Amino acid sequence: MERKTQVHAEAGRQELRITRQFNLPVELLFRAHSEPELVAQWMGTNVLQLEAERHGSWQFETSDAQGNVVFRANGVFHEFEPNRKITRTFEMENSPFAVQLEFLEFEALSADTSRLSMHIIFKSVALRDQLLQMPFAQGISMAHDRLEKTARQSLPPIS
Amino acid sequence: MNLRRDVFQAIADPTRRAILLLLASQSMTAGAIAANFDTARPTVSKHLQILTECELLQQEQQGREIYYHLNAQKMKDIADFIEPFRRMWDERFDRLESVMKNLPTPK
Repeated sequence: MERKTQVHAEAGRQELRITRQFNLPVELLFRAHSEPELVAQWMGTNVLQLEAERHGSWQFETSDAQGNVVFRANGVFHEFEPNRKITRTFEMENSPFAVQLEFLEFEALSADTSRLSMHIIFKSVALRDQLLQMPFAQGISMAHDRLEKTARQSLPPIS
Repeated sequence: MNLRRDVFQAIADPTRRAILLLLASQSMTAGAIAANFDTARPTVSKHLQILTECELLQQEQQGREIYYHLNAQKMKDIADFIEPFRRMWDERFDRLESVMKNLPTPK
């Protein structure tokens, strides 16, 4: 089965490629990356700033249900060509990750379909591998939280 | 001390990654592998031992020589481990698609 989203991470290289085909015209795919309120919806984050132009800057922030900021990232656009490409830096604040460089290419496949290719360059192979492991680590810890909750609920009440 | 000998520890080291790349296309003896590195021979042997222990490499006796080759199944484990990351982006992009499809059309 051909997967819609593909991730290529060759062993020993400090880069990563993510490609995805969309059932969307390339214009809509690009708008999803250039309009703050649309980015906020699909990324599930608050968009504090998004200056959609060369040398413009961007900043995202995500809070948990209690209002604590759990994620903040920022960067600068180096290229911003509508329906063609975005080149930007990406830096996660308060994290051990160094800034990364991202090349996004938008391509029309037909009037109603398009492709996004992301090419991400990391400071080192180790940092790339660490980032790849993050969703995995989070998945584990979320599963642990659920397990803990379930375990607590099944304990007899203390009398 | 508890030594964690898993594939991810194995690929965390640049020399070990270089060894894996070297063996991607051919089987080699320890001597031939070591000849590709400035590192002392015992250090390379140590790396080979770690890679073998975590089953990324397999040894094969051919006459008097021991050849090392990649264990394709274990290399696939690394690909499996990228899967959560891939799925995270897949879900994000699914959301992007549905957000954009449900945009009110401009009058």
